[in-house]
Amino acid sequence: MSQWTRFREGAIRSVFFLCAAVSIVTTAGIAWVLISESAQFFAHVSPLEFFFGTRWAPLLEPRAYGVLPLVAGTLVIAVGSLIIALPIGAASALYMSEYAPPWVRGFLKPVLEVLAGIPTVVYGYFALTFITPYVIQPLFPGTSVFNAASAAIVVGVMIIPTISSLCDDAFRAVPKSLREAAFALSATRLEVSTRIVFPAAMSGVAAAVLLGFARAVGETMAVAIAAGMTPKLSLNPLQSLQTLTGYIVQVSLGDTPAGSIEYQTLFACAMTLFLMTLAINLVAIRVLRRFREAYE
Amino acid sequence: MTQTTGAFEPRLARRKRVGRLFMAGFAVMSFVGIGFLAVLIVRILWEGLPWISAKFIVNFPSVLSPADAGVRSALFGTVWLIVITGLVSVPMGVAAAIYLEEYASNNRITRLIQLSIANLAGVPSVVYGILGLAVFVRWLSCGRSVLAGGLTVALLVLPVIIIASREALGAVPNSFRHAAYALGATRWQTIRSHVLPAAVPGILTGVILALSRAIGEAAPLLMLGALTYVTFVPEGPLDEFTVLPLQIYQWVDQPQAEFHHLAAAGIIVLLGVLLPMNGVAIAVRAWHQRRKAW
Repeated sequence: MSQWTRFREGAIRSVFFLCAAVSIVTTAGIAWVLISESAQFFAHVSPLEFFFGTRWAPLLEPRAYGVLPLVAGTLVIAVGSLIIALPIGAASALYMSEYAPPWVRGFLKPVLEVLAGIPTVVYGYFALTFITPYVIQPLFPGTSVFNAASAAIVVGVMIIPTISSLCDDAFRAVPKSLREAAFALSATRLEVSTRIVFPAAMSGVAAAVLLGFARAVGETMAVAIAAGMTPKLSLNPLQSLQTLTGYIVQVSLGDTPAGSIEYQTLFACAMTLFLMTLAINLVAIRVLRRFREAYE
Repeated sequence: MTQTTGAFEPRLARRKRVGRLFMAGFAVMSFVGIGFLAVLIVRILWEGLPWISAKFIVNFPSVLSPADAGVRSALFGTVWLIVITGLVSVPMGVAAAIYLEEYASNNRITRLIQLSIANLAGVPSVVYGILGLAVFVRWLSCGRSVLAGGLTVALLVLPVIIIASREALGAVPNSFRHAAYALGATRWQTIRSHVLPAAVPGILTGVILALSRAIGEAAPLLMLGALTYVTFVPEGPLDEFTVLPLQIYQWVDQPQAEFHHLAAAGIIVLLGVLLPMNGVAIAVRAWHQRRKAW
């Protein structure tokens, strides 16, 4: 190898390494921004009040900085969306991996991908102008225009593709021999699906649920459009409420001057959101890794 | 032989009936998503199609007369944004994937990079908006420009591109590499002329999906302070801007019904761009899987 070739090879390698290292820099940048800006917030408001306070009113007098109503709102919508997405996602994955002929599968998978590719403002529009007036209000008269249920429904549909494709991967990773052993003992297809495949793929299903949950927690536009802007410590899905992401949108729409305490609440809320999704994602990544090791 | 022991239950006919019932249930559940998609598209066409016209494409938005409002500024903003995002994220993402698949040894730094990517893929998009606000808008003083927006969204889609490209590169069989090495090719020559060409369809699928995600993003741009009501077209990367999803959001947010029709019309334009992109990505992958050389 000539000296020039050797130099070129090394230079190319270094450039590629720098590109890969961008992801470390990004992660560090997110952590640094969130920590340094929320540190300024916590100089004004005690963490105790922030994390355990039950009233959130940073923009109105008398001000209060308890984040629990926003966390409750976030969880109501995320859990509600899982109640919709988990049965549908898992059942369709079971259908695709255990029952469907290849052509049905070849049709269902791309459709799910299209569902995943629709922007979240579109889901928000649909929740506000269709789900609420034509589905929820006829069933539950008196539901407010902005309500958690409509947001939870569309977020649920949004995470169906995540859950079903991860479950599908998990089901298909279960070795054929396990199924054949059960069939040989005259188990029906349903029994093989629910008593062999599903339990064997349990950790994959768990990871799918966690990743779907994390997506629902971080979902922004649909929730900001459909769920309303009233932070409330309540579990009633027919009321208007506010999530962490919804609050972040509300503040960034207004003209809050940089450096003010209202502005800093943005970073404190973003940090809370980041910590929630980070924790869920790390557990999910770990669960997923363990399940991959089991069969490969 | 009617005696049963343990978990052995011989009532086969009944069990098969239950099985058929559940199969039907699973099948129905599988089509819930499609049903939802169909209702959504029909509803949006119903509400928005009468509002689509040449005027809607070429006019600027207007708060005073919704009948004359259009998406001109949002369309231009989206094009600007996607060009900047693509120019930054595609080369960088593919390069990172090449490093991880073709060069990296399994050491601490590699594992740290991998963990960062897996984690970044799950970070909510608003959090990227916060990062962009602090770093691009304020620290590098790009202002609320389309450049700051493009860079922020580039970081957002980077993990998607890296993960898809890694999968595509990893699927190229090692025999390709060995053949090139055996003829005395260097590592870079091997990658450039053998591995990368074989991985292009897979990378392309990932890139198209990532860019279509970028086109649909609204939350991080809202954080940057991208404006929702813009009546001009950006003329350089440092100009302020809006994009289609933000324009749609601004219309949805108005209480009057006219604006909801405008939002539906805007959604038709947005999906008119996105659905074909998704279709192309899926078609490229299907075509590649059929004519794979290995």
